[in-house]
Amino acid sequence: MTISEANAIRFRGRSYFALTLTPEAPLCGWLKRLDACLARSPGFFCASPVILDLEGLELAKSDAVELIESLAQRGLRILGLEGASAQWCGADLPPAIASREARAHKMTEISAAEAFLAPLTSKSPPPLIIEEPVRSGQCVTHAQGDVIVIGSVGSGAEIVAAGSIHVYGALRGRAMAGAYGDESARIFCRKLEAELIAINGLYQTADEIEARMRLLPVQIRLAGGAMRITPFE
Amino acid sequence: MAKVVVVTSGKGGVGKTTTTAALGAALAQTGDKVAVVDFDVGLRNLDLVMGAERRVVFDLINVARGEANLSQALIRDRRVDSLYLLAASQTRDKDALTEEGVAAVILQLRERFDWIICDSPAGIERGATLAMRFADLAIVVTNPEVSSVRDSDRIIGLLDSKTVKAERGERMEKFLLLTRYDAARAARGDMLSVEDVLDILSIPLLGIVPESRDVLRASNIGAPVSIGNLASPAAIAYIDAARRLGGVPVPLVRPEERKSLFGRFFTRRAA
Repeated sequence: MTISEANAIRFRGRSYFALTLTPEAPLCGWLKRLDACLARSPGFFCASPVILDLEGLELAKSDAVELIESLAQRGLRILGLEGASAQWCGADLPPAIASREARAHKMTEISAAEAFLAPLTSKSPPPLIIEEPVRSGQCVTHAQGDVIVIGSVGSGAEIVAAGSIHVYGALRGRAMAGAYGDESARIFCRKLEAELIAINGLYQTADEIEARMRLLPVQIRLAGGAMRITPFE
Repeated sequence: MAKVVVVTSGKGGVGKTTTTAALGAALAQTGDKVAVVDFDVGLRNLDLVMGAERRVVFDLINVARGEANLSQALIRDRRVDSLYLLAASQTRDKDALTEEGVAAVILQLRERFDWIICDSPAGIERGATLAMRFADLAIVVTNPEVSSVRDSDRIIGLLDSKTVKAERGERMEKFLLLTRYDAARAARGDMLSVEDVLDILSIPLLGIVPESRDVLRASNIGAPVSIGNLASPAAIAYIDAARRLGGVPVPLVRPEERKSLFGRFFTRRAA
């Protein structure tokens, strides 16, 4: 059977990054802590997709609706639910990303799915290659994989990568590697003059970077929870 | 083929207006038809530096809004025949400029001139982005000090992303003009050296204008530094830069190469 061009609809699978909120019982205490967090950085969740993880909370459906409403009042829009019951689905709740039942079955189903998905998922995401200097004020963000800059990163510029950052030039701005949680990420540069370096959330400002490393070609990585800078010979 | 040049820097007070006037006058003296356009709406200065402040009737905003035609607004220079000024309005602000209005003015200027030199205001807001918007090439004016260099780096980023040329996927030509350069101070380490600035900005060097009293004097008497005292080092630097812009391969002598030897000689004697 052939499908004519006019009837064909194309579906594509895409993965996106979302923040996951995991409320903890008792909920009123957790909401207070959330308010304190929002007061410190009001724009944090602004316009970002948020997934609510209800695993381990054992909420009734009405409680979940109430929780989502109180989050909405705080400006948080929930994109989907994780760990919610599959029977809950309806217009008053966001769709379930992974239900409790699905999770319980996961172990048995995964072996069949794995064989099919493995070649796709094991492929590492492609790096972002930038072939010119990154100028002051520019911000390069790569949510999957490494960032490679063929040129310098100017003072006041910023590179944020899920993986490692490679700068074939002077690093004068900020470099944040493993920014979405990856302690094996590294930063490489031909000349270290950075304003800030960070790996997996651990950071050092220019003042804290060992002075003898300045202007040297170096690699930076995490070792035993501390940042280690090693010059290349 | 007309060329639209933007003279820009990000930072204020580095010499954009002086450069616009001096390069404009130098290019016009070779016989090319040149228009210098002041985009600093609300804080216009180019008319003063060109010595035409008493002759401004209509300005860029009037032409952009169709309240006057281009011929009425262009002011012909009294010293160089092929040099014209299009002044900015002093009573309006930058929001009076629209992209469509500027596009229309630039299009008309392209038909009449060989060079259109746009004097950008400082900053990265509307006035500056519209000054660079339709440019074919950019002259980034930089002083040898860190804040000016970082602002220039920021501007280069905008030239590569916010101009029509960049949006079409074409490469924006950019040249560095280092102004207020004092070789002796650079040798002492008070100022960044030419090498330092080139290393950070990594764009081709169009010229080095030495710090000179002639520049201030020229501004105050309302004559571009490249008209008048042609023996002045600043005038020579601008005339050479204009020739390079026109495609003449004029060798560039780095001031420190000449003077640093001199400086070293003296410091040794003193020690």
